[in-house]
Amino acid sequence: MSSLRIYVPLDSAAVALGADEVVAAISQEATSRNLVIEIVRNGSRGMHWLEPLVEVEVDGKRIGYGPVAKADVASLFEADFLSGGVHAKSVGTVEELPFMADQHRLTFARCGVTDPLSIADYQAHGGLEGVTNAIKLSQSDIVETIKASGLRGRGGAGFPAGIKWDTVQSAQADQKYIVCNADEGDSGTFADRMIMEGDPLLLIEGMVIAGLGVGATKGYIYLRSEYPIAARILNEAIEVAKANKLLGDDVLGSGKAFELTVFIGAGAYICGEETSLLESLEGKRGVVRAKPPLPALEGLFGKPTLVHNVLSLCAVPWIMANGGAAYAEYGQGRSKGTLAFQLAGNIKQGGLFETAFGVKLGDLVNKYGGGTRSGRPFKAVQIGGPLGAYLPEQMLDLAMDYEVMAQNGAGVGHGGIVVFDDSADLLAQARYAFEFCAEESCGKCTPCRVGAVRGEEVIDKIAAGTDYDQNMVLLEDLCELMVDGSLCAMGGMTPIPVMSAVKHFPDDFAPRVNREAAE
Amino acid sequence: MEKIIREALSGHVAETGGLIIGLRHVQERCQFVPSDTVRIAAELFNISQAEVRGVISFYADFRDKKPGQNHIRLCVAEACQSVGARAIEEDLLNRFAVRMGETDASDFVTIEPVYCLGLCSCAPAAEVNGELIARVDAQRIVDEVGS
Repeated sequence: MSSLRIYVPLDSAAVALGADEVVAAISQEATSRNLVIEIVRNGSRGMHWLEPLVEVEVDGKRIGYGPVAKADVASLFEADFLSGGVHAKSVGTVEELPFMADQHRLTFARCGVTDPLSIADYQAHGGLEGVTNAIKLSQSDIVETIKASGLRGRGGAGFPAGIKWDTVQSAQADQKYIVCNADEGDSGTFADRMIMEGDPLLLIEGMVIAGLGVGATKGYIYLRSEYPIAARILNEAIEVAKANKLLGDDVLGSGKAFELTVFIGAGAYICGEETSLLESLEGKRGVVRAKPPLPALEGLFGKPTLVHNVLSLCAVPWIMANGGAAYAEYGQGRSKGTLAFQLAGNIKQGGLFETAFGVKLGDLVNKYGGGTRSGRPFKAVQIGGPLGAYLPEQMLDLAMDYEVMAQNGAGVGHGGIVVFDDSADLLAQARYAFEFCAEESCGKCTPCRVGAVRGEEVIDKIAAGTDYDQNMVLLEDLCELMVDGSLCAMGGMTPIPVMSAVKHFPDDFAPRVNREAAE
Repeated sequence: MEKIIREALSGHVAETGGLIIGLRHVQERCQFVPSDTVRIAAELFNISQAEVRGVISFYADFRDKKPGQNHIRLCVAEACQSVGARAIEEDLLNRFAVRMGETDASDFVTIEPVYCLGLCSCAPAAEVNGELIARVDAQRIVDEVGS
């Protein structure tokens, strides 16, 4: 009977490419052929150019077909795909594809493999080992394990997780909170969404361990409203976790309580900033708070709060199952472990590639990503979302590592990599960085609120050739002021895409009037 | 209307972040957040009307009028820009004779920008009447809404 199990992802990317229609067509075709099948809606493997990727299990191996359209379904049955038959859309054994085989999937090990809502599947693939170990440890031993792993915040700032856990654990309070930042607003990133849709129990387990480690009994997942499928899956997974005592008054017989709630945001990029997120979670405007006090000491409702990105929390179960030292064996320098890189934009093989820090940017773009989707020459890559640097081809040799990127005026961020071909105009992209900042600024501090609008105006003048030299100087001055004077990363990092574009793509900022005359 | 707004809000007064949850429910029921909500929410949550108004205006999701018969959200962030989102935007605005963020004169379509749907690996992306579409083009969106 196992050969009649068919996997079709429920992942938003697969759905947006027609997975639901494919499921309907497969069901209908099976019925008309009197075949009894079971369709499992799994997460995505992260090879989005193959989505919808339909898989069947044959002799213990998962055979893939993709990208499958509704119109392919009848011929798949004709080709006996249920037994792994050959078809024009065959991709072979999924795990043996170079894109999959070359990864180090610690966090995404189960994503695309299991039924996201099956606790039995979860446990059969290593789930709950981390929390089971954590229950046997003291709070300080859990915190020490996280410290030993070298894990740094995956949201973008890269702050050492162990120090944060230590601060929250040491704080004295009648209530502490774990808050998961799932406000994944950066363009070019979707790893949080994928893991929440594809392996939601992992996030829940990570948050439970965090609760045990720092002594928090309540958790919130602050999820952006743009992710309705993730919201549905997370809420269903919370019910599964409650039914299996992973959540509740007595977590897996530990005598410790942990409850978890999903909170849906309302469309504000700034709420990805942790203090703004906490304001929003309290039902208020998402206006940034001045730090200190740190959220670790005075966070949600003024209580000690561990705020972590989805991927930081999702790294925790593996660390607790295998030990901090085992995690720290991956990566290089002070960038330990793995990161889920997201290949996006104008790229042939877009998707998710989890590997140890230290991988070359160029390998991600070309070897695994396959270069531009348009087939035109590569021009730029933006790393780490709207507040990340634009880098040229000469910099593709750089290793993806927090320190290496910082030394080169860039950042790893949340691991998003957006590729642009030679049709891109980096002046327009720099202007967009200001537009976005103006649109999404919370308005609390002047450098960000006013600076963003001034930035648009200055770039328009540069484009028009108005007082060109003075405006180029003004642009640099303005960026310096935003970096030095903004309260948070929104205003403080908007200059990064702008000035990296100016630095690496000077031709796009040349006086346009003259350029046109010259052509 | 008063009754619907009260019903939508009243269950959330004691919840964490209850005002935002309540406002979302108001919008689900009414398709927008009617101006009466400000007064009613202030009373129920025991906060000032200024605070309620502040929250409604801060978040992009909350609308002050009903959308058109069709609701298009086009992703205009960087990953989608890298594969032509700006051209799709221009094309759609021309075809529907509408401005970004607004509803056309015949109330047929509302088109709003969205800053990332998380479909950056298969951009450009849009959400049409609640349905996600990846590797979208203008014609596909026009076909989806009919015309």
